[in-house]
Amino acid sequence: MSQPILEVCDLCRSFGGLKAVHNLNFAVEPQTIHGLIGPNGAGKTTTFNVISGFYAPSSGKVVYQGRDVSGMKTSKLAEIGLIRTFQGTTLFQEFSVIDNVRIGCHNSARSGFFSRITGMDRAVETAALDKAHELLAFFGLSEIANEPAASLPHGHQRALGMAVALAADPKIILLDEPFTGMNPDETARMMELVRDVRRRGITVMLVEHDMKAVMGLCDVITVMNFGSRLVEGTPDAVRNDPKVIEAYLGRAIDAA
Amino acid sequence: MREDISKISKWGLGLVFLAALLVLPQVLSYSQREIAVLLVINVLLVASYRLMTLTGEWSLGHVVIMGVGAYASALFAKRLGVPVPVSMFLGASTAGLAAAVLSFPLFRMKGFYFLIGSFAAGEVIRLVWKYFSTPFGGPKGIKLIPGFPDIGPISMFEPENYYYLCLAVVSLSLFILYRIEQSRIGLTFHAIHWQDKLAESVGVGTFRYRMLAFVLASFFAGLSGALYAHYIGTINPTRFDVEEMVFVLIWAIVGGTNTFFGPIIGVVALTIINEIILRSLGFDSARPMIYGALLILSVLFLPKGLEGVVQKAGRIFKARKAPEPTVRREQNA
Repeated sequence: MSQPILEVCDLCRSFGGLKAVHNLNFAVEPQTIHGLIGPNGAGKTTTFNVISGFYAPSSGKVVYQGRDVSGMKTSKLAEIGLIRTFQGTTLFQEFSVIDNVRIGCHNSARSGFFSRITGMDRAVETAALDKAHELLAFFGLSEIANEPAASLPHGHQRALGMAVALAADPKIILLDEPFTGMNPDETARMMELVRDVRRRGITVMLVEHDMKAVMGLCDVITVMNFGSRLVEGTPDAVRNDPKVIEAYLGRAIDAA
Repeated sequence: MREDISKISKWGLGLVFLAALLVLPQVLSYSQREIAVLLVINVLLVASYRLMTLTGEWSLGHVVIMGVGAYASALFAKRLGVPVPVSMFLGASTAGLAAAVLSFPLFRMKGFYFLIGSFAAGEVIRLVWKYFSTPFGGPKGIKLIPGFPDIGPISMFEPENYYYLCLAVVSLSLFILYRIEQSRIGLTFHAIHWQDKLAESVGVGTFRYRMLAFVLASFFAGLSGALYAHYIGTINPTRFDVEEMVFVLIWAIVGGTNTFFGPIIGVVALTIINEIILRSLGFDSARPMIYGALLILSVLFLPKGLEGVVQKAGRIFKARKAPEPTVRREQNA
């Protein structure tokens, strides 16, 4: 088996007395779509925030490409290819669609201060613009490249959020509830887009509540409950696991 | 074809404007020329302030930073005998350096807390000037600051000539500020303003960019302070107090901060109101009251500032000749 691209070892994160994440372990294999699910309050979002550098872990490690990245700043993680998206429609709402993606190209469009003022950064900026247009075409947003992001319908805004993340050249992309608030058509389209992202050679990890989407999309699913790993396996194995059913629905004896 | 015409008319308008700026001292009285010099200096001050506001942080220490440039340039020239043009550059750099150091405590805060923090930091600097007689001269400040050296037969003591010097320095500075804003650096500043977490997630080091905006704005504020110090010849801590800062805020708000030219329109319009109307009518002592009233009126009736009025007039003017172009992104504060 190849080396996992992302590994979480004995990860803990507490807020005061609350142990939001407690001794969590899992590994994400390259080129897979890995789901992270669990009942509300299981610690999924906290896990995401720790992996992506928003919080430092209380203890334990986050290993990315064999390198300990625990507590590294979000922007540094982005530089080495670990990119996250956000819940809801977190975008530069005031910017045009294309400018949103152009900001996403931050890493590949680096240039000195002097060349910015004199316009000698044109080569990298042209490359960034081409890349932005290529990504808009990939997500089917080319027609509306110059519209303000705020004017887009929900499904397009979510696709644009992924385009911004993809512009930053991720090796692994963490999607935080990519299907929330979508109708079945939009969900189906989004699932296709996530598969397309994987086809580009990018590993995908996602937190999601939409079970149909998770089961249809993921190669491996980690189920969390009370901050720890409950079960891990293929969608079919997870679906039929009595522990998972218990976590979500309660025990049969409670219902009776 | 239509593009060409609008380009030509833009260039034509620019040339007329430049010619007006160059002729201006000739049609003004001596005292009005002095005011014109200060106006040009204040244009740089308020334009640099706008660069700072692009990242979404409003500082109350900008005038003190201008003072850092003024004090540093005056001291370099007076105590160390550095030639004035060089000391001006050193003064501006000192202001930038001060901003770089202040970034570490100040950018732990955002929004309202940053505003208060920047005010406190500014007051600390002013207290240092007041408390230490050497080298800062205490409450009386620094007097007999060397003036700008004469260039051949041209005396820089004359307001007319100093006006042209300031015009050249400020124009170059405005050009640089404009280029910064139009480049990716400006786009990144806006991005940090609207969604700093998202910007961070694609690799933008938000602290570094906030610091960059602060340092650049402070460099040009410091430069405006240096231009001021070597013109007036005397500076003291009171000159850079919070009342002056309030004027900068009023210029920026009345002018509007959505476009590069808004704050500049604000400072020019309010200076004309102040000097021509108030002073000639003898209402000079009522300046704070009138400024306050203008601020309230503009917030109530011109929420987009004077720049909004200019844009509207421009659109009406254009609509007569050509269909309305698509509006570029709006940047409401």
